[in-house]
Amino acid sequence: MENNIIIELKNISVSFDGEKILDSIDLYIRDKEFVTLLGPSGCGKTTTLRIIGGFLQPEGGEVIFDGKKINGVPAYKRQVNTIFQRYALFPHLNVFDNVAFGLKVRKVPKNVIADKVAEMLELVNLKGFDKRKVSSLSGGQQQRVAIARALAIDPKVLLLDEPLAALDLKLRKDMQNELKNIQQKLGITFIYVTHDQEEALSMSDTIVVMDSGKIQQIGSPTDVYNEPKNAFVADFIGESNILDGVMLRDKFVRFAGADFVCVDSGYSTNENVDVVIRPEDVDVVSPEKAMLRGDVTNVTFKGVYYEIIVDIKGFKWMIQTTRFYEVGQTIGLSIEPNAIHIMKKSEYSGKFGDYSSFSEEYDTLDVNTEEEEDTETQKIDDETEEGLSVE
Amino acid sequence: MKTAQRVYTALIFILIYAPLAVMILFSFNSTSSTSVFAGLSFKWYRELFSNSDTLEALKNTLLLAFVSSIAATLLGTVTAVGIYRMRSRVTREIIKSVTNIPMMNPDIVTGVSLMLLFVFVGRLLGRTNTLSFWTLLISHITFNLPYVILNVLPKLRQTDRHLHEAALDLGCSPVEAFMKVTLPAIRSGIVSGLLMAFTLSLDDFIISYYTVGADFQTLPLKIYAMTKKTVKPDMYALSSVIFFTILILLMLINMAGMRSDNNSNGSKKSKKKV
Repeated sequence: MENNIIIELKNISVSFDGEKILDSIDLYIRDKEFVTLLGPSGCGKTTTLRIIGGFLQPEGGEVIFDGKKINGVPAYKRQVNTIFQRYALFPHLNVFDNVAFGLKVRKVPKNVIADKVAEMLELVNLKGFDKRKVSSLSGGQQQRVAIARALAIDPKVLLLDEPLAALDLKLRKDMQNELKNIQQKLGITFIYVTHDQEEALSMSDTIVVMDSGKIQQIGSPTDVYNEPKNAFVADFIGESNILDGVMLRDKFVRFAGADFVCVDSGYSTNENVDVVIRPEDVDVVSPEKAMLRGDVTNVTFKGVYYEIIVDIKGFKWMIQTTRFYEVGQTIGLSIEPNAIHIMKKSEYSGKFGDYSSFSEEYDTLDVNTEEEEDTETQKIDDETEEGLSVE
Repeated sequence: MKTAQRVYTALIFILIYAPLAVMILFSFNSTSSTSVFAGLSFKWYRELFSNSDTLEALKNTLLLAFVSSIAATLLGTVTAVGIYRMRSRVTREIIKSVTNIPMMNPDIVTGVSLMLLFVFVGRLLGRTNTLSFWTLLISHITFNLPYVILNVLPKLRQTDRHLHEAALDLGCSPVEAFMKVTLPAIRSGIVSGLLMAFTLSLDDFIISYYTVGADFQTLPLKIYAMTKKTVKPDMYALSSVIFFTILILLMLINMAGMRSDNNSNGSKKSKKKV
């Protein structure tokens, strides 16, 4: 993808009532790209979208569109269009007039409008719905009208604010495919806001992971899944076991009381790191020849696989496996070098990646066990340091 | 139980409508007796409509109601939009309460205070006789204003706040967006506000009594003046005409309200479908 940059945000900051909503955001978006802003509610993703749309003026920073600064340009003069979360269809107009709205405002000749509306309705599979009242349509159909309405005026960029959040799961999946198809067919830039990581992974060319007003990571779906930058990204996208570890040397890491070969390098010797292991990357083996051993504390049937929680030295791992194991059974775990992903320590370290809340008995022991765990990891850290000084 | 319900309902209706029914009946009496119904006649209606004073008062009343309700609707709608768009919740609530006060205020207080203000300002401007049609008109606009705001504001709150943004997004200037999208969405509220203002202006007596000049008379004022002497059956006829006018207007208001309810129900349903 060697496309030109169409939108650039430079050092954008926004705050409401003294609270920082966006904290110096830097982001560029290429032409014809499908970019997703992903994050939990309140992370600033919708605010970012509203700044691009022109509905909100940033306090600091520059918004650049096609090489020109557009900070003061009002929404109605921007070549971007928005699909709103609740569609915001005009209830007093029928489907045709909703889709034709932008064209009529632009004083396009009537016959051209008729052709364009017909083309758009066909694009979103709503042929023959011209005269229907929008209130008589289902959620999915209303969504399609909103898409047709925004696309009818040929925007260069389409902004979508959680457009599928209100649809049920089956419909959502269909619409995901359809949106992706429309984007590829028309070749326009989509900037998509969602809190649904699965949606982001399956639709995007680029994912921008955000939390508390900051961009945590920008990358392709495979990048952010396989190479998360910090514990927040690892936890938010997919399931992760995140453990404290120590890089003993390049491609050699110690965590959970054992030493592992890994593929990461470039860390200083003895550096404390976060270790991410995806639940699907762990192999269950017989306890005798395993690197790690633990007891199953919880089993959930998920259809394609079982999700089991394994207690290994007080840390609860989540593991996905197609075979059934009983609660109380002792099993062994084996981890391949390329299943281990190392991350630098960050402000999110220690906040995510432990599945303790899965075990029922744990709730009552909450405070005590947490303290114990802390001291335990502390001990491990001390031991490893001692070991190294001897070396 | 069923019969008890029916009897009760009938009783309520009799209590409310018996006086009116008697009045309407006697407006068709052929004599001026208040005890004996001598026979059906349109005599008093003929007399009423041949009385040029009464007709003049009717014309004045309608003129006042039209002008004041339209002015109040324009001002009230703009005010409601202004209140709705206020950023600070505290000021918005304060302004809303302040605009509601004239509705709660007893008419006599509103009337006397308006009269005082007019006379005071008139003196400041060096006039001896301030009260006129214009002061009456200002008073009617004043007491109608909160009713318009009260009808329009909930409609604004019911409309999706993204509608305005969607119109901007599609290329409307803010004014265009208001005319093309917001206005249609709140139209039913504006219409019922207008009708309510019209009705209230039509039958106001107390405030008018204090704020009008000698050169202008509305129907309620004239009726009051006439009843000071003896009540003639042509007053029954006039009151019956007013009653039916108000009845029809009220039905129109309710119909406007019902239609908008249907609309909002429709949109709620569609939200559920979502």
